[in-house]
Amino acid sequence: MSRLAAKFAELKLQGRKALIPFITAGDPYPAFTVPLMHKMVAAGVDIIELGAPFSDPMADGPVIQRASERALAHKVGLSKVLALAAEFRRQDQSTPLVVMGYLNPIEIMGYEAFANAARRADIDGVLTVDMPPEECANCVVLLREREVDQIFLLAPNSGPERIRQMDAAGSGYLYYVSLKGVTGAGHLDTGEVERKLLEIRANTQLPICVGFGVKDAETAAVIAKLADGVVVGSALISKIEQHLDDPLQAEKEIIALLQSMRQAMDS
Amino acid sequence: MTAKYDMPDALGHFGPYGGIFVAETLMPAITELNQAYQHYLSDQDFVAELDADLKHYVGRPSPLYHAERWSRELGGAQIYLKREDLNHTGAHKVNNTVGQALLAKRMGKTRIIAETGAGQHGVATATVAARLGLECVVYMGAVDVARQSLNVYRMKLLGATVVPVQSGSKTLKDALNEALRDWVTNIDHTFYIIGTVAGPHPYPAMVRDFQAVIGREAKQQCLEQAGRLPDALVACVGGGSNAIGLFYPFIDDAGVKMFGVEAAGDGIETGRHSAPLSAGRPGVLHGNRTYLMADDDGEIIETHSISAGLDYPGVGPEHAWLKDSGRAQYVSITDEEALGGFHALTKMEGIIPALESSHAMAYVSKLAPTMAKDQIIIVNLSGRGDKDMQTIAQYEGIKL
Repeated sequence: MSRLAAKFAELKLQGRKALIPFITAGDPYPAFTVPLMHKMVAAGVDIIELGAPFSDPMADGPVIQRASERALAHKVGLSKVLALAAEFRRQDQSTPLVVMGYLNPIEIMGYEAFANAARRADIDGVLTVDMPPEECANCVVLLREREVDQIFLLAPNSGPERIRQMDAAGSGYLYYVSLKGVTGAGHLDTGEVERKLLEIRANTQLPICVGFGVKDAETAAVIAKLADGVVVGSALISKIEQHLDDPLQAEKEIIALLQSMRQAMDS
Repeated sequence: MTAKYDMPDALGHFGPYGGIFVAETLMPAITELNQAYQHYLSDQDFVAELDADLKHYVGRPSPLYHAERWSRELGGAQIYLKREDLNHTGAHKVNNTVGQALLAKRMGKTRIIAETGAGQHGVATATVAARLGLECVVYMGAVDVARQSLNVYRMKLLGATVVPVQSGSKTLKDALNEALRDWVTNIDHTFYIIGTVAGPHPYPAMVRDFQAVIGREAKQQCLEQAGRLPDALVACVGGGSNAIGLFYPFIDDAGVKMFGVEAAGDGIETGRHSAPLSAGRPGVLHGNRTYLMADDDGEIIETHSISAGLDYPGVGPEHAWLKDSGRAQYVSITDEEALGGFHALTKMEGIIPALESSHAMAYVSKLAPTMAKDQIIIVNLSGRGDKDMQTIAQYEGIKL
């Protein structure tokens, strides 16, 4: 069983929901990332999504765009992201790790070389924002052979047929993008999320994690009642941006926000 | 050639290129667009309305002009200019915006967005939006806003909101990113008019089909004027819409050579250029697989060209396919050579070409002397140079 499948099975048994932070690897500088990941695990997160910086992050709002630019200023490309993941894995063999990014860096590395590198870094999942199932056959097979899950996005306008297509192509979990827009955009409509999740669950057995628009403990708690996992990204990265002159303060505030989410989700 | 050219396939593939590489939120909108485009492509009413607009609003057909003096001067092939510079708004871009805007109207969309580099596509979009009474937002890199201030003013006069894009390299690729972000957010009522043969399927095929009027006319005009097909076609390639518009109706005519001219900027060897077909590699950007300017990590490299309209790190996927299949050849012209082409046409024929088109002119001045006097080159004069006066004066150290 993959680390992701095992994690969701374990959470189900405990009656808990996954708290999943997203951070951009190498933001604001490479040495910041791995210590923060370990501290996030200590604060009670279940899975980590590690963003691979890309020069043209078309699905991201300004907060994650700027995080990518800061990381790229330190030349943190896909190889470096996998190196940071491997460094994290040396001390933590249990927390599932998902690398999330755009397709071009994988294209340029080559699908097979990437799948091998992902296996060597011992990551558990890959989420490629701009690779729909129509275009992914080869990549999914290469990753599956190496026991790495390919995670797909679902949107508010994805119909039942589309959901079944994602269910067939993907594994690990499905990531439901809770609003039409880019990362870090406005507030999500929890009533709408609830209705949509019913439709999604009718068409897949995979765990559903919800992201885009989760800003605070209250939203996290509401989403946790509906979904199997809650993804928080821009709200964490905003802390880094607010404290560029004092990264340790940013780290403290990220941990505090995650702890408050954990508490709200579990109570 | 026996088999008729029929690219792309149903999912928008030109061999390994093209396709649909977008975030999931865009998929339903792209499906809706593709269905509408497939439907109206063969809808008599739609085609008649489009033809009438091209005739009465754009001013088509554009002339095919035999540049006799310049041909004599170069001493080789006879050069014919396809005068897209004479279209309303001064470039070929309007052929496509008229078509897409009619499609938007039929689909019931009330808001138009577009990206623009040099501003020609932005102006052509703002123009048709004004005519149809649609809200229009144009995304333009902050660097381009500064170097094409005249076009920014034109768009504003036409009632469009111009949004300067501050992210990344602040040029055309970043404007495209921002337009995609807008589209994903406002997907229910917004139509995204992409200006070139890039983006996810159906854009590369749809924009080609709207621009193919260039090649259809040129073919007929050449037969009428010279009694035969041309020997070579030449067009500049940024994203590649004017080139594909000229090339496409000739693809099955094996005797007609095709030359796409990319921007070599300071020179391919300097790395400061915008020539992905000449010096790039295949990758995925802005919804399709094509040749790109990317580094070893897959990050997109900043491009350079004196011409804002060619300053783009990718190229339409059909050009990638035409290159690999050998049907078209792709060459490159530096900033300095392009200026040579600019001056040559201006002085020899009394026609001031856009800097983009000047790249094609510069290549013609190399190609024509290698050909016989009874051979024919059709070169796409894709736009007029009025917008470039400041850039050229500045480059040549002249104060206006």
